[in-house]
Order: sequence, then structure tokens, then C-alpha cells
Amino acid sequence: MALKGLDIFKITPKTNCKDCGNPTCMAFAMKVAQGAIALDKCPHLSDEVKAQLSEATAPPMKTIKLGVGAEEHTLGGETVLARHEKTFVSKNLFAFTVGDAMSDEANEAAFASTVVDYERIGERMYVELINVKFGGDSARYLELVKRAAGLGRTLILSVSDAAVAKEALELTKGTRPLLNGASAANAAEMAALAKEYAALLGVSAANLDELYDTVAEIEKTGFKDLVLDVSSASAGEAFADAVQIRRAALKNNDRTFGYPSLVDVGAIAPGDEDMQCALAALFTVKYGSIVVMEKMSYASALPLYGLRQNIFTDPQKPMRVEPGIYPLNGADENSVCAITVDFALTYFVVSGEMERSGVPVNLLISDAGGYSVLTAWAAGKFSASSIAKFINEEVAPKVKSRTLILPGKVAVLQGEVAEKLPDWKVVVGTREAIELVKFLKEM
Amino acid sequence: MPFKRTPQKFNAAINAMTLGTGDNAVTIGGASVLPLYSFDGDIGNAPKIGVEISDLGLEGECVGMTEFYAGASTPAEMAAKAEKMPGADFVCLRLEGADPNGHNRSVEECVEIAKAVAGAISLPLVIEGCKNNEKDAELFEKIAAALEGKNVLFLSAKEENHKSVGAAVGLAYAQKVGAESSVDINLAKQLNVLLTQLGVKAENIAMNLGSAAAGYGFEYVASTMDRVKAAALGQNDAMLQMPVITPVASEAWSVKEAMVDEADFPEWGPQEDRGVRMEIATAAACLACGSDAVILKHPRSVATISAMVAALK
Ligand code: SF4
Repeated sequence: MALKGLDIFKITPKTNCKDCGNPTCMAFAMKVAQGAIALDKCPHLSDEVKAQLSEATAPPMKTIKLGVGAEEHTLGGETVLARHEKTFVSKNLFAFTVGDAMSDEANEAAFASTVVDYERIGERMYVELINVKFGGDSARYLELVKRAAGLGRTLILSVSDAAVAKEALELTKGTRPLLNGASAANAAEMAALAKEYAALLGVSAANLDELYDTVAEIEKTGFKDLVLDVSSASAGEAFADAVQIRRAALKNNDRTFGYPSLVDVGAIAPGDEDMQCALAALFTVKYGSIVVMEKMSYASALPLYGLRQNIFTDPQKPMRVEPGIYPLNGADENSVCAITVDFALTYFVVSGEMERSGVPVNLLISDAGGYSVLTAWAAGKFSASSIAKFINEEVAPKVKSRTLILPGKVAVLQGEVAEKLPDWKVVVGTREAIELVKFLKEM
Repeated sequence: MPFKRTPQKFNAAINAMTLGTGDNAVTIGGASVLPLYSFDGDIGNAPKIGVEISDLGLEGECVGMTEFYAGASTPAEMAAKAEKMPGADFVCLRLEGADPNGHNRSVEECVEIAKAVAGAISLPLVIEGCKNNEKDAELFEKIAAALEGKNVLFLSAKEENHKSVGAAVGLAYAQKVGAESSVDINLAKQLNVLLTQLGVKAENIAMNLGSAAAGYGFEYVASTMDRVKAAALGQNDAMLQMPVITPVASEAWSVKEAMVDEADFPEWGPQEDRGVRMEIATAAACLACGSDAVILKHPRSVATISAMVAALK
């Protein structure tokens, strides 16, 4: 639980000296409590008080960066257990797995996961991480590390042998990988390695109690760039651990578990891609920060990345698509135009139905603030003027067709739009997307 | 120092609702903890899986489906196979063909199909309409009468037709009423209030809170379910304690990713795999958010999701 303004006020000097830029100590305290200002803005707090407070005002779950440069990803930093309470901030990352104990064929199949690379509503969808698993053959392992390191993704080095880990870290120096191999048995040694190479450290244990102790042990060394590996032979146990860890941190303010989690669903259901897809969806919804699979195919990626994009959308900001002309079913400049709003869900549903109709259509997406048709209309963001302006400026110069279909829900706009666009034939379309197939076929 | 566990228990529970009769009856709901949190306490009845068949048969279905139903030419024959599908808990007959804008099958014909299907299976039956409010109201009334005593769930009563559906299905023939709203906790609650004011007992209502395929606005499904479960358990809101049943198959298989031919999108791979994974990912996400039952159709999806449920309970 974050500290309240009053608690912070109690330990300020209460002199209202304004050195912090605030009129009173109370105002300062309130801002700190909201996270709007840093504690060290007040020069009159003793170091002791500062240390005590910064611990208490630190977010309950650590934010940790994995990878570097264009491949830098953010893990953790969540403040709520349900997205509607505020928002989830760090989308989960996916990994595929190669290893020296796997056959050449299996490794090639896993490496083929890199073909999954596409864009969806402005977001690049690909497997961000490669999990390189050590199985005993260090020469072969290090070869795999080298190869994986050359693929423009960040590595998870799943190895608990410190000597091999050091060599692997040497090969991936400067890329901020995740060294996933700490346990009660080797915690100090692995933490030292992770620190030396500026890597993250994955910690695993036989159960939550052991994990808790091991994390506490590592924290004592001052190293805190940790990831908690909840992988287990059983899906039920992994799920129970992932939920309890996240809840302990966010609800009960238990910072020992205030770290991102990792779950290897490939290890839970080896060879069963359907089950891995089911579990990956489960952990995307509930509290898996890194989801490791054996491999990624488009069949699994399409639903999983779509789901992730939905779950990690800020409820305050609707998902939008880029305004513009989207030719469907091979539409060209002579094909009819149909206009709607830039709310992503509307776009998907409408374009899906239009594609089903097989009729060539230029789908026009206008800038409506990311709202649905009726909301945008009510807010004045999807009006006769905004439609006419968009058509005249963006569409008319590029399209020869002069037929425009309006969403049925804004049929009231027909007259006014027709008036503003005299050389266009303005038609009222359907109220529901589902009726579009019939409508377009009969047009 | 051991980790201090703080199970999240509630002094409230989701209603348990039984479908079907006798030895093969199935109960959904009953949890007094958040969805799938068996480590916290009693999850009541583990989520159940319904297998959907359509009165339109296997038109346009992929190989895995046609192979599974090989030899079955009527809905009743399909139903008999559906209830043997590994992982099936109940059968769901979807009367798509009744749609006045589609095949416009007559009410009488639909009643005959429903009777034949009910006669061919021993697992509980769920009837899904054609999504045309007036037609569904007519259909449900006649089918509820024809299947009296079988304890069938009807999907769904909506705000527009809740009076007729509630009165016929819930009151006259004492069947179970599905209350369908579109991803909004207030609308869901309002419909439950309306149905109970009509006289339908709360324990005879299940909720379809609205569904969406993964990637297609699933955030609304997730947040609606999160809020409904929080209100039902945390605030003991009796008007939101109905179990949640989510038709997944119809949503999952009708999005582009699940439908387009491999020939048009060669890099995406086989269409069947895409449909199955869309169905699986959506179902798993629904269960994580709070569905007490999901309706699926592909044998691979049913097997996978039932195995997942078994592993989590
Ligand atoms: S600088 Fe410190 S002492 Fe001065 S007003 Fe601000 S909080 Fe109070």
C-alpha cells in the first residue's frame, strides 16, 4: 500500500520554507504521495528519513528493463490486479526455446519461429525472446547461444552451471539478457555473475516458500534485477504461484515478490502446441510476464498477440487505427467508398464483414478520436463537416468513385453530408456490421 | 521466513446451476473464490464445456470437424457424436437456420430438430437461437414446451425479448434462462433484475456477458467479467451471482484469422490450425476471466480446454 500524504507530512520539517517549490510542506507531501514529485526535492530531510520513505513510496512491483537498444523491453511495474482499476503497463513477452539437448530438427523448427513478424494496430508482433536451454553439452550450447544472439532478439540463458553461464554471458555481453538459473543452491554465485554482466537473474525454487527465501537471500547482496520463474511440471501449480506472487506484491505490499514472473508453458506441455496456446492465453490474462513456448507459429501468434494487445490496452485510451483509405477485396479507385470511425474494434468488425462479402470496397477510416460510431457522433468527432473535410482533402483526390456509404447508425447525417459533398452519391449503410455482407452483395 | 499466504476468500458465492436431469445432470458455478483460484478455496464446480452443433450441419466446416462427425447427417446424429467427444459436458444446439434473413426455418421444424436432438443424447442440452429477437422468442417458447422436464438452458433472453423468453422458458416451463448482455456490468445487472422481477428465480438464470474473439475487443469481455465477479463475490451482489456461460465457437471461428484460406495467406499456415488456436486461446482467456462454462466446437479445442481445466482444479 502506498504511503498516504499525511504519513509523509509527519516526517517533513513542517517549516513551509518553500525550497521545494511548494507553498507548504503539506502540499509537498500530497504530491509525493501521488507520485507527482520526488522526495529529494525537499533539501531538509535527513538521509535516514529519505531512505525509510523511498522504500515505502517505491512502487510495489519493480520495473526492470530487459535487452538493449531497439530490443529493450520493460517488465513489471504493475500497480493493479485488474486492468479496469487503472491499466496494465508492461505487456508480457513471448519466447521460443532452443537447446543443446534438443535434436537439430527440433532446434530448426524452433528457430523458424522468427518468421512470425507482422504489424497489428501499430504494434510489431514477433517473438521478442529466445530461450536457450542448457542440457549438459556446453560446446553445443554455446554454439546455439551464438546463433540465437545473431537474430536481433534478447536471450534467456537457461543455465544453472556457473561456468557455462559465464561463457554464455561473455558471448552476449552488453545485450542485457536474462540469466535464468538461480536457485537456493547457487544463488550467491549466480547473482554475482548477473551483476558482473548487467544481466537479469531468473530465480526458481521447489515451492513458493523456498522461492521467497532465495529472493530475500539475493536481495541482501543488493542485486534486485530479478525475474521469478514459476515454471513447474503442473499447470495448476504454475498458475497458483504466478497469481500468488503478483497478489502478494500488489495487494499485500510484499516487495520480496515484487518482481516479474516467467512461466515455461513449453515445459508444462511438451509437444502439445494446442495446450501451450491455451496456457499462454491463461498467463497472458493472469500475471505471466514472460511466457516461454517451445516454438511460435502464426496459428498461435494471431490469437495470442491479439489477446495481449487487448489486455494491455489502457482502458482510458481506446485502441485506434490509422485514418486513411483501406482498399479491401482488391478495391481500386473506381470501387465504392464506405466510411467509418478509427476505433480499432469497429475497424476490425467492419473490415472483417466487408472481406467476407468479397465485394471490392474502399474502407475509409476517419479520425474520430478513437471512439465508436455513436460515441464519436455524440462527441461531434464524426459529423457531416468532419466527414466532408476528410473526403475532400484525403479521399477525393485519390479515388474516382463518387459513391459513399455511411454507417446506418448515423443515417441522420445523410442529408447534411450530401449537401456538403454535392458530387457524391451518399448512401445509408447498415446499422450492424453483420448485415454488411448482404447489403454489399445487393448493392 | 516462509512466504505469508493470504488467500482471498469471500462470504459470497456464484450460484450453482444444474442443467439436465438424473445421473447425467451437470452443475456449473458455485465458486466462492476468484475464477480458477483453487489455491484460495472452493471453486465450486470446475468450468464445464459444451459442444456446439448447428442445425445447418457441417456446411463449410474443416476436415477435423467433418471427420469427427463422419456418417452423421442429421442434427440428432451429430448430437449423439458430440456428446461422446472427449471432454464434452453438455451439448449445445445452435438453431442458426431459423434466421429470417437466412434459411428461415420454421418454428415447427426447429422444434422437431430440438426434440430429435434431445432424444439422441443423455448429456444436458443447451439451445442457442438465431440471434433474431422475435424469432428466438417464438422458438424458445415452443421448444421449452416440447422439452418440458429436461431442464434445458436457452441462450438467450436479451433486453428486447426478455419478457416473452422469461415468461415462457423460465416461468411456464421451468427451464433455465440465459441472460445476454453486451459487455457492460450495468446492462447485465439490469437484465437480471428485469428477469427476476418477472418472477424468474435468480438461481435459474445464467449470464452470457457477451463474448469476443481474442484480439477483437476482448478487453471489454475481460473487464466486464472482472467487475462482475468482483461485485458478485466482494459485494455479495445477488443480481450478479449468476454463473457465466460464454459461447466461444461462434465468435472465434468467424474472425478473419480463423477463416481465410491458406491459399490467400500462405505464411499463416493451415486454416484449421488457426481456427482451433483462436478457439482455444479465446476459451482459455474466458475461463481465466470468469466463465463458468464455455461453448466450443472443434474436437481439439474441447480436448485441450478440458485438460486445462482438469490441470487447474
Ligand atoms: S522544502 Fe521541505 S521543509 Fe521546505 S516547504 Fe518543502 S517540504 Fe517543507
